[in-house]
Amino acid sequence: MYAFDYHRPASLRQANNLVAKNGDAKILAGGQTLLPTMKMRLASPSALIDLGALKELSGIEHKGRNLVIGAMTTHAEVAGSALVRELVPGLAGLAGGIGDPHVRHKGTIGGSVANNDPAADYPAGLLALGATIVTSKRKLAAADFFTGLFSTALDEGEIITRIIIPVGAKFAYAKFRNPASRYAMVGVAVAKRGAKVAVAVTGAGADGVFRWAEAEAALAKRFNAKALEGVANPAPKGLNGDIHASAEYRSHLIGVMTKRAVTAASGK
Amino acid sequence: MAGTGIGARVERKEDFRFITGKGNYTDDINRPGQAYAYFLRSPHAHAKIRKIDTKKASKMPGVVGILTGEDIEKDKIGGLICGWMIHSKDGSPMKAGAHPALAVGKVRYVGDHVAVVIAETLAEARDAAEAIVVDYEKLAPVIDLAGATKKGVPTIHDASPDNQVYDWHLGDKAATDAAFRKAKHVTKIDLVNNRLVPNAMEPRAAIGDYDTGEGAFTLYTTSQNPHVARLVLSAFIGIAPEHKLRVIAPDVGGGFGSKIFIYAEETVCIWAAKKVGRPVKWVAERTESFLSDAHGRDHLTHAEMAIDENGKITGVRVSTRANLGAYLSTFASSVPTYLYAPLLSGQYNVPAIYCEVEAVYTNTAPVDAYRGAGRPEATFVIERLVEVAARELGMDPAAFRKKNFIKSFPHQTPVIMCYDTGDYNASLAKAMENHDVKGFAKRRRDSAKAGKLRGLGYSAYIEACGIAPSAAVGSLGAGVGLWESAEVRVNPIGTVEVLTGSHSHGQGHETTFAQLVAGRLGIPIENVSIVHGDTDKVQMGMGTYGSRSGAVGMSAIVKALDKVEAKAKKVASFVLEASEADIDFKDGKFTVRGTDKSIDFPSVALQAYIAHKFTGQQLEPGLKEGAFYDPTNFTFPSGVHIAEVEIDPETGITTVAKWTAVDDFGVIINPMIVEGQVHGGIAQGIGQALLEGTVYDASGQLVTASYMDYTMPRADDLPSFHVDHTMTACPSNPLGIKGCGEAGAIAAPAALMNAITDALGHENIAMPATPQAVWKAARASFAKAAE
Ligand SMILES: Cc1cc2nc3c(=O)[nH]c(=O)nc-3n(C[C@H](O)[C@H](O)[C@H](O)COP(=O)(O)OP(=O)(O)OC[C@H]3O[C@@H](n4cnc5c(N)ncnc54)[C@H](O)[C@@H]3O)c2cc1C
Repeated sequence: MYAFDYHRPASLRQANNLVAKNGDAKILAGGQTLLPTMKMRLASPSALIDLGALKELSGIEHKGRNLVIGAMTTHAEVAGSALVRELVPGLAGLAGGIGDPHVRHKGTIGGSVANNDPAADYPAGLLALGATIVTSKRKLAAADFFTGLFSTALDEGEIITRIIIPVGAKFAYAKFRNPASRYAMVGVAVAKRGAKVAVAVTGAGADGVFRWAEAEAALAKRFNAKALEGVANPAPKGLNGDIHASAEYRSHLIGVMTKRAVTAASGK
Repeated sequence: MAGTGIGARVERKEDFRFITGKGNYTDDINRPGQAYAYFLRSPHAHAKIRKIDTKKASKMPGVVGILTGEDIEKDKIGGLICGWMIHSKDGSPMKAGAHPALAVGKVRYVGDHVAVVIAETLAEARDAAEAIVVDYEKLAPVIDLAGATKKGVPTIHDASPDNQVYDWHLGDKAATDAAFRKAKHVTKIDLVNNRLVPNAMEPRAAIGDYDTGEGAFTLYTTSQNPHVARLVLSAFIGIAPEHKLRVIAPDVGGGFGSKIFIYAEETVCIWAAKKVGRPVKWVAERTESFLSDAHGRDHLTHAEMAIDENGKITGVRVSTRANLGAYLSTFASSVPTYLYAPLLSGQYNVPAIYCEVEAVYTNTAPVDAYRGAGRPEATFVIERLVEVAARELGMDPAAFRKKNFIKSFPHQTPVIMCYDTGDYNASLAKAMENHDVKGFAKRRRDSAKAGKLRGLGYSAYIEACGIAPSAAVGSLGAGVGLWESAEVRVNPIGTVEVLTGSHSHGQGHETTFAQLVAGRLGIPIENVSIVHGDTDKVQMGMGTYGSRSGAVGMSAIVKALDKVEAKAKKVASFVLEASEADIDFKDGKFTVRGTDKSIDFPSVALQAYIAHKFTGQQLEPGLKEGAFYDPTNFTFPSGVHIAEVEIDPETGITTVAKWTAVDDFGVIINPMIVEGQVHGGIAQGIGQALLEGTVYDASGQLVTASYMDYTMPRADDLPSFHVDHTMTACPSNPLGIKGCGEAGAIAAPAALMNAITDALGHENIAMPATPQAVWKAARASFAKAAE
């Protein structure tokens, strides 16, 4: 780690000001990704702006037809929330399957979304659920927000404040964990809202999270695992390969995990 | 069993300290005026160093000194050594290249030590290291083990132009070849014993300290054998004579072999302490542990078994290529030779065995002993061979084993070892019963109904522990003897300190050794403390590895206790005014036979120091005795492990569904600690078979250099183990102990791979059997079935 300044603003306004003043500062949420990168000297921000004291970024609320989750809400809070378990149980399950207890008690939904790790779980869940990412400046649909490997639509210094998730969908997330890191080697989120079905895949795409249109079309006709039998898995060509899983294996696992997510979402 | 003596489940005395954070590890120690070392490591697997420019770096803030291989050479500090001489088939000595603590002219693996920066803070040391400019001339690396000695491959050490360290063999080739010529059936297999990274919880660390007043050095280090470290640093590396060099290995958080060795970092820290005039501290980061701790295993093996018309094994022929990495680590040469081939008879009566081993250099981290060291590799060979042979012959694998078990003892194998005692049938029968092998067929059908593949695999392992008779290992090339020392100091109030040359880094010696002493002297276990890990306190010792601390270390304590008891009887005879011959010692009391005159042990201790009842001419005052114990044979723990797995063919995920272990460790001191050792060992063995793959890419970068990519076993990867024992006491040591520290890691990989291949219905899968590997193998299996 290199030396850096540390700020802990008390309000979003202060945070915005600090961000504006410190050109190469970084926002600190749970620190689960940022701090290891700094320790390895792969990142060297001159200052950290810790969002930990910002009340307006915490809490889980049911507002109208939406679930609203503050950006600083930890994975453990989402996993354990009675509200989430009642309204979008699959999302509580997703959060409860992230990393290990330490990571779940420090890592935040805002940090995960901002980081957009191609193997992270939330991006698939939020994309399938049609979530909206609210920032210090604007609102962005998940589909517009996640733009590629570790990249998002966020501008320099823009702060995520809340995530809005419409309730009422049949939703499940099936994850095949990387045996070592336990990130998603392949994770598939399936949501059915009315006649519309969304299938979002993480861990596998060479460009990060993506929607699987062929599966969505088949499932829109008939929402069960059998409907996928004739559907070819996404071609290995656009998928990641590494020492843990070749692109072919990932392609196969997308099919398996999608079936499992569909079965779980239909409550069977 | 009640009480605290041998056989009791005494809670570990050391755990209070560890669990409440009061352990005292090397990193907990800080010396006044201490500076921090950071090692600049090679980013290349193989390169010439043209120039190291430290000019800019040495002017950076906080820098105390920057030292390179040139400086260490100038000071005439020797290189690191390999302490076991192996000779090739043709009688020539192994070809050992120089192993400087800081690279001289060349780097040979990613992580090799190029320079050390010593600074006021670690951050400043790192900053300065980044400013060092090294001019490398990259050379083609040798990474692939199979191709390491091919014609035209680059040379790693001039001492070995073709990268071969030795080409060794053991056994009777002619007799073995004859057995194969006559065989009714020959089973052949090719095996990979995958390279492992040790991953002790506490990373390696060292503090070098030099006292200018005394002209003496102190090294604090994470060592399993501080006296061996002192011997090597003194006699071979030349830091200082032994009386001016104290080595302290305080609490050490796991070793598994990786902390036996004398590494570059501690050598540099102790040398540099005098050089820069400051105590120098270094603590490995996890990445450094991955890169530079000696790795384990890494064999390629072709093995064959000859079987006659009656299903009896008549010969075993093994050819192994062992990767020793870029340099020979402290005991590297012994692991794939004398710790390996002599175990190739397994638990079986095999009349002829021949094994040849070619050891090679590659541009990868050095490879040395890792939990089991050679014996897991041998067990993997023999137990996979036996299983495959039984399948090929259409015989039940348990019945095939039983048929070939050694049944009378002592048994001389054709490969050095003379097994003293054992009852292999008893362990097999008990394991099958405990495992409910009979119910397996139904369990398999139930799994099949759920779309899962179920398999069962055995591993009937044997190991040679209690390492080792000094004369025997000396004749095989060891540079040291492998006895152990003990000193029992009885204080005037009857409390006892035991000084031992063994070293505890997780094994629980503070408890088990105290159980022995408390039971023997009839005193409360709280009144016994165990002192180890400091060369100023314990005079000499050989340390802990090879499951030797019970069988060898405790035997030395028994010898010292014998002397204490004899002396105490003399004291008691003066106090009780009786003849020494009439005095009995039992339950902590000295009694004059046939009378009610008695005195307890603490009172005798007091009398020994008060010395009022006898004159110095009649008896020396005091009560303190020491002993050295040199074993007369290896010990031979053995047992049977049964693994049962369920495979999801859709994903390739293997679940270890059931695990049964029945081990014969001889006499057990503390069943709870033994169970813990077995659990940990099995976990490591399952890690090797299912999870842990060490991957270097073609350029020699370690791809699995963190837990993001190197899969350590976690609690939820493991089943609940069913652990049980049979017992044949070891005849060669006073307590009948065989040792238990490595058994699980030795037995487990073969059991698991036998179960997985049973489930898949074919043999074509290597360790680690990751989901991807299993999925591919399952697909091949289905394709075959569909044909
Ligand atoms: C061992 C381990 C295992 C893990 N396993 C998983 C897993 O299985 N699945 C998974 O999905 N994830 C996993 N993670 C990631 C973890 O869940 C965190 O979500 C992730 O590290 C980022 O969250 P954080 O709160 O720690 O963010 P930080 O590390 O603090 O920040 C990450 C990045 O996001 C930026 N940032 C943070 N908050 C905001 C905000 N509100 N607005 C704008 N930018 C922001 C930061 O500036 C930084 O660039 C794992 C992490 C570890 C260390």
